[in-house]
Amino acid sequence: MIKVENLNVWFDDGYDRVDAVRGASFNVNQGESFGLVGESGSGKSTILRAMTGLAPTWSGRIEIDGLALHGHKRNRDFYKTVQMVFQDPYASLHPRHSVDQVLGEALHLQGFRDIDTRVVKLLDDVGLDRKFRFRYPHQLSGGQRQRVAIARALAGEPKVLLLDEPTSALDVSVQAEILNLLTDLREEHGLTYLMVSHDLPVIGHMCERLAVMKSGEIVEVMDVTQLRQMQAKHPYSQELIGVSVAH
Amino acid sequence: MNTPTSYRAWLLTDAPTSRNHARLSSFYKGWLSFRSNPMAMFGLGILIALLLIALFAPILAPHDWQAQDLSNRLQPLGTPGHILGTDSLGRDILSRLIEGTQITLYIVTLVALIAPVAGLLVGTVAGYAGGWVDVVLMRITDIFLAFPRLVLALAFVAALGAGIENAVLAISLTAWPPYARIARAETLTIRSSDYIAAIRLQGAGPFRIIIKHIWPLCISSLIVRVTLDMAGIILAAAGLGFLGLGAQPPSPEWGAMISEGRRFILDHWWVATMPGLAIFTVSLAFNLLGDGLRDVLDPKDGDSQ
Amino acid sequence: MTLLDVQNLWVKFPNRQGVFDAVRGVSFSLGRERLGIVGESGSGKSMTGRAILRLIRKPGIVQADHIALEGRNLLNLPEVEMRKVRGQQISMVMQDPKFSLNPVMRIGDQIMEAYLLHNRTSKAQARAKSLEMLRAVSINDPERVMRAYPHEMSGGMGQRIMIAMMLIPDPKILIADEPTSALDVSVQRQVLDIMDGLVKERGMGLIFISHDLNLVSEFCDRVLIMYAGQIVEVCDADKLHDAQHPYTQGLLQSLPRLDQPRKYLPVLQREDDWQKAPIAGDQA
Ligand SMILES: Nc1ncnc2c1ncn2[C@@H]1O[C@H](COP(=O)(O)OP(=O)(O)O)[C@@H](O)[C@H]1O
Ligand SMILES: Nc1ncnc2c1ncn2[C@@H]1O[C@H](COP(=O)(O)OP(=O)(O)O)[C@@H](O)[C@H]1O
Ligand SMILES: [Mg+2]
Ligand SMILES: [Mg+2]
Repeated sequence: MIKVENLNVWFDDGYDRVDAVRGASFNVNQGESFGLVGESGSGKSTILRAMTGLAPTWSGRIEIDGLALHGHKRNRDFYKTVQMVFQDPYASLHPRHSVDQVLGEALHLQGFRDIDTRVVKLLDDVGLDRKFRFRYPHQLSGGQRQRVAIARALAGEPKVLLLDEPTSALDVSVQAEILNLLTDLREEHGLTYLMVSHDLPVIGHMCERLAVMKSGEIVEVMDVTQLRQMQAKHPYSQELIGVSVAH
Repeated sequence: MNTPTSYRAWLLTDAPTSRNHARLSSFYKGWLSFRSNPMAMFGLGILIALLLIALFAPILAPHDWQAQDLSNRLQPLGTPGHILGTDSLGRDILSRLIEGTQITLYIVTLVALIAPVAGLLVGTVAGYAGGWVDVVLMRITDIFLAFPRLVLALAFVAALGAGIENAVLAISLTAWPPYARIARAETLTIRSSDYIAAIRLQGAGPFRIIIKHIWPLCISSLIVRVTLDMAGIILAAAGLGFLGLGAQPPSPEWGAMISEGRRFILDHWWVATMPGLAIFTVSLAFNLLGDGLRDVLDPKDGDSQ
Repeated sequence: MTLLDVQNLWVKFPNRQGVFDAVRGVSFSLGRERLGIVGESGSGKSMTGRAILRLIRKPGIVQADHIALEGRNLLNLPEVEMRKVRGQQISMVMQDPKFSLNPVMRIGDQIMEAYLLHNRTSKAQARAKSLEMLRAVSINDPERVMRAYPHEMSGGMGQRIMIAMMLIPDPKILIADEPTSALDVSVQRQVLDIMDGLVKERGMGLIFISHDLNLVSEFCDRVLIMYAGQIVEVCDADKLHDAQHPYTQGLLQSLPRLDQPRKYLPVLQREDDWQKAPIAGDQA
């Protein structure tokens, strides 16, 4: 479903060149949930942003659903196939748009006409009561906002969801609700997940396979049973697992 | 449902039931927090009074504002029949002030419609597009900003000819650059936010993003800025009038009235002072209103409970 | 020995609908120890910390029977006296160091200014002391850090610098409000080790506010668990995993664990009577 080969992403503002991602390669199969872990600044988000065309300069090869991507322009088919959920639910909703407006606009842009019925269905899908439909973001809690953001991502019935630390701004109790919701949605809609987190237990809970990143490079790709049995090969992955288990 | 309390509860709800309900509700909450600011309410009161005066000017004015009575010229304050006295041609100053309200509101409304809209357009397009579009638009803005406002307005009026419409145009042309600056600065921060990235991922184009997503966030701070600038705009119009380049003589524009009264300022101070006080009051009212609106519209404060 | 004793603390915010109680009758005492305060966001942890220093902004109101620092009730002090208490006797470290440091001033100048504010000494002395402080928080090249601006520092460095600044007046109590939440796990450890050393060496009292139960149970001596503005449970940190209150248990269970794979995570079921039944803070 997702194929990334030798991906390099850099930010170039004249004087300083930041090589945020260097030579990253991995594959995600149809219906799989794949995790990217690493400390902040290791380039996890940058990989997602390069896929979605939000990071302008990259080289290498990215293929999604059999289609190779080029540059930072994406077409309508891409937006129908791939959607993203952002880290901070307080920053990813327009402060002046109600839930109804947010979902209605996404549905409109995805070319649907029966917007009213679909807004209600989306709210049901993400487990939000209908009474929240006309509220504004400041009238919602963090968890409710993240549900709205997930509903927006689901509006175009995508096949792939890119999840950028979807729960790291939330309380653990709310995190559990959102992770359960994501588990359910993957089953119901047959979604493929590419999930970024700095929290190893969260990735271990959600993903079948994962890649460990350190300063822009993928140091190891392993599957979750290896992770649970602490069979990481690279010393950095071992260290990361050590810290998470000590807790 | 019809009792006042349940109406209030309906408006203050946390769970609106329809689009209109949500809109009314957030409007009402804004009004409540505006209402709790007495100075802002005072400013609003003055402006409403001004509006009513402008509307009913012919009824309210005790005399015909044009009627000259040379035997009765330069009467002091409190003269029977002429509470604010008369000017050099024996015209009733109060009636002229009342009539002049219309002109003042006309100028203010037109400038408030032209300048911020132009600034918003230029600023948001420059900020969102970036690159050479940004460079070109902002250089033009800088050129306009480099001139003192009144001097530039004078140049425009001199080119276009004297008169109220041209004065309005000239003032608008000099007033938009600061709005463009503000709008651009806000756009730069909004542009890189996650909710813009999210809507781009739904396939929204630049025009949709600018109009539906960036404008609503810029407009509130612009409204505040405009009300705070209103005093300056009135003064600029009065200044043009004072220099004889705005409204023309028989017209009771307040600046022009001061200009006429200037000749007698030492012996007959009220002739120039009364329109001056009127300008002062209106400017103050707009400033107070702007302060109150800032508290209501500023999203930073609006988000906390 | 009790450094700080808080009895029946309330923080209230009047609003249109009435009064919102952010903190409702919290009581606890602090000795020379590491006291953790945990709970979800909005449970009133930060407000408790700020209320001790009377740092609640208007229209918020602080009420308490007493907030006694070594027997002296802080609530009755005039603002001038209170300013001396803040900083000299009780210091506070905030979550995000970026907002607490002046972005256009060199770090060294900021630390020296803080030092000179509290001590009448020469600049040279202040400088020597600042370098010593930076070394105390495990900064290896303090000379370079002194010359740098805040934006040139990483999050972990910034947080250490903040702690160094807070330590200059040698306070009796340090209140740390989520001091490591913005940091990576490995850096987090280092910052915690520094604070740990300070408590042990200087005999300071530490109030450690966090939403991370595991972190608190590992790092602190005693833990207060807050829910909706109240303390629902007090327990020894190492016994946190045997906590009694269903809220604490719920929070612990909702964490994903590497050693216990499962399809769904247990979700916290909130009950109304958690809000009604406060336990009188400090019996542990
Ligand atoms: N717009 C940008 N300009 C310059 N550097 C950037 C930009 N965005 C990210 N970076 C840099 O790229 C690196 C990777 O960042 P990111 O992908 O956000 O890390 P992560 O998501 O793993 O925390 C960091 O060193 C960051 O400073
Ligand atoms: N200025 C304020 N006005 C009204 N309520 C406030 C204000 N500041 C904080 N609160 C409320 O106080 C409660 C406790 O906040 P806080 O102590 O910051 O929680 P946390 O446990 O996350 O640190 C929250 O519900 C918050 O909404
Ligand atoms: Mg990231
Ligand atoms: Mg807090």
